[in-house]
Amino acid sequence: MDFKPVDRIVDKYQEKRTALISILHEIQGEYSHLPEGALRRVASRLRMDLNDIYGVATFYKSFSLIPKGKHSVTLCLGTACHVRGGPKILREMKKLLKIEPGQTTEDRKFSLNVVNCLGVCAIGPVMFVDGKFYGEMNPVKAKRIIDKINKNNRNKRKNGVKS
Amino acid sequence: MRKIKSVSDLEKWREAILEKEKGHEFIISVCGGTGCQAYGCQKVKAAFQKELKREGMKEKVALKITGCPGFCERGPLVTIYPQNFFYQRVKAEDVPLIISETIQHGRKVEHLLFEDPMDHHKITSSQEIPFYRTQMRLLLSHNDLVDPTRTEDYLAIGGYGSLAKVLFQMRPIEVIEEIKASGLRGRGGAGYPTAKKWESCRKAPGETKYVICNCDEGDPGAFMDRSLLEGNPHSILEGMLIGAYAIGANEGFIYVRQEYPLAHKNAGIAIKQARKAGLLGKNILGSGFDFDVEMAKGGGAFVCGESTALIASIEGKVGEPRSKQTHTVEQGLWGKPTNLNNVETWANVPLIIRKGSKWFSSIGTDKSKGTKIFSLVGKVKNTGLVEVPMGITLKEIIFNIGGGQQDGKRIKAVQTGGPSGGCIPASLFDVPVDFDSLTQVGSIMGSGGMIVMDEGTCMVDVAKYFVHFLQEESCGKCLPCREGLKRMGEILDRITEGKGDEESLSLLEELAEVVADTSLCGLGKTAPNPVLSALRYFRPEFEAHILQKRCPAAVCTPLIQYSISETDCTGCGACAKVCPTQAIKGEKKQSHLILVEICSKCGSCKDICKSNAVMVQ
Repeated sequence: MDFKPVDRIVDKYQEKRTALISILHEIQGEYSHLPEGALRRVASRLRMDLNDIYGVATFYKSFSLIPKGKHSVTLCLGTACHVRGGPKILREMKKLLKIEPGQTTEDRKFSLNVVNCLGVCAIGPVMFVDGKFYGEMNPVKAKRIIDKINKNNRNKRKNGVKS
Repeated sequence: MRKIKSVSDLEKWREAILEKEKGHEFIISVCGGTGCQAYGCQKVKAAFQKELKREGMKEKVALKITGCPGFCERGPLVTIYPQNFFYQRVKAEDVPLIISETIQHGRKVEHLLFEDPMDHHKITSSQEIPFYRTQMRLLLSHNDLVDPTRTEDYLAIGGYGSLAKVLFQMRPIEVIEEIKASGLRGRGGAGYPTAKKWESCRKAPGETKYVICNCDEGDPGAFMDRSLLEGNPHSILEGMLIGAYAIGANEGFIYVRQEYPLAHKNAGIAIKQARKAGLLGKNILGSGFDFDVEMAKGGGAFVCGESTALIASIEGKVGEPRSKQTHTVEQGLWGKPTNLNNVETWANVPLIIRKGSKWFSSIGTDKSKGTKIFSLVGKVKNTGLVEVPMGITLKEIIFNIGGGQQDGKRIKAVQTGGPSGGCIPASLFDVPVDFDSLTQVGSIMGSGGMIVMDEGTCMVDVAKYFVHFLQEESCGKCLPCREGLKRMGEILDRITEGKGDEESLSLLEELAEVVADTSLCGLGKTAPNPVLSALRYFRPEFEAHILQKRCPAAVCTPLIQYSISETDCTGCGACAKVCPTQAIKGEKKQSHLILVEICSKCGSCKDICKSNAVMVQ
């Protein structure tokens, strides 16, 4: 594997062991997950035990050791979203995408995540899809968002074939 | 950006900014907070930019993208100064009308004004809206005036004036005395006196000391800290600078949870700007005092809101709490004396220095001074951020500010203090909101989440929610918390599935006691609170699940059934179309029927039915 991006990130943080979490965040931003090779490289660059790095990578929920899907669907299940019907949306999403939270669809198109609070409680239940917040959700609206992504992808493919 | 080397430089810069602002006849403030972004405020902003350019008004009108004014539910929010017209639910299409009517002719755009739900009259300024009327917005009011990415905006409202006062007119010990006299207590949850913490850290032996700002606002349903750091990051930096001076620290960290990208971004911008201006770094304002701040990002672990776990996380380690036999003010980050305060605590500091401890201590109750920001959310009409003087009753917050019930269902409880807190029943809504009163009724103030619950909320389900939440977030270090919460969750699962028996509740209480008594950190110690308070006030709901196998709020799916009222059904077919399992049958314009065996109980039919014909029992 090409370590250039990993080295660039480690250099940016001047090989500081204390910057490990920030380094891992940036590596995940680069590869959409934490590849084993990258973790090994980080271990050798920071002169740390791979076990310790693995410990950090698995302790914090925002890190993933497996590749994420092209589209990220994050559902907030904080208390406010919970009492306003968040679990119903989760049931619908699980059924629609046929995966559990934390998993990615087989075609690597969608990843489904659940978070404890996105801090936008006033407009809950909230969904965060590909970097965009959607407020006042319900199972029907949530399904529409996924349908729209699928439709856009189909259109792109169609146009791609034509051109 | 200028480099400021002295107090007179700072004041000169401030004068220049104010002089320049005089040139603007109008200020258009568009809320750029996360809530309004979800409603599309970026499009509104772009429309204003385009329209102002087209009309050649860029000199006359200042367009500001500000922090969150709190009334997220009515977003996107736009305020026009100096008229103080408060427009809500603004769309990009409304922008040309705002320019032509309000900016060019000084007239209101009626349909964008807030309508009083009681008498339907239109309200012009935000101060007259019931949601804002009883609030005391000492901290949040700055959010409407400041573009968080511009140091100049913070200076225009007197920013960094308190820092100058502290550095040149007060000795560190006097700063601590002033904060002590104000009676400020930590806003993160426990309510520990801020000055006492600073004093201990100042007295702790060691050359190197640190200050930390805790923005790991993990309590679900709370977003005060996000809005403060996102909307007015310089006020937090000023608070940290003053605290660091008082304690004798030269380095600081702002720890932001990973779920708050905008807060992280805006705080990062503020730090860079402050460094450039000389407000962070060496010899600040020529006083000889050095201080700098770095950003640290969390990784989605709730336990990292706990001080020792947060410190481990900044050190790049797994966020496990440690025993607090030695306090962090003595041995914290890298073993050095460390003072950690919550965002809202830091935000109060410059205000106290500017207006004096006497003024601050005149607000609030005997033992809880100043204001507190709450995030009022859940089953209440007006949701958003609410800043009120301590001592105000829950009733005032929920009914006067929050506007009461949301959709015809009676409000029965409010949850405060997040997973460490509890549910307070409506019969106790006359309780004043301060640190000590809320503890007496079995909850805590916590960081300020206030989740309103109505008859449609099942208290067993809420208790189960919190136990599962905490079980998942438990770091696993202590057995009682790791295993005890798991077993408590299993008992609650069984109750909500209709499999609970008469022993379930006593077993639950016994386990709760053990978990609370034998866990190391605050997470485990307070984990049983939501269950115990629900049992204390809503025991009949638990008993209905166990004895009658019934969920009174119709939430627990194994215990409920959906059906369609023959008399109310208009046969529109909307429910059949939306049903994911095709469990609804019926001819058009004829009453429909739910096939119970196929129904997945998702509730989509009930959500979509316009004639309220879907019943749930």
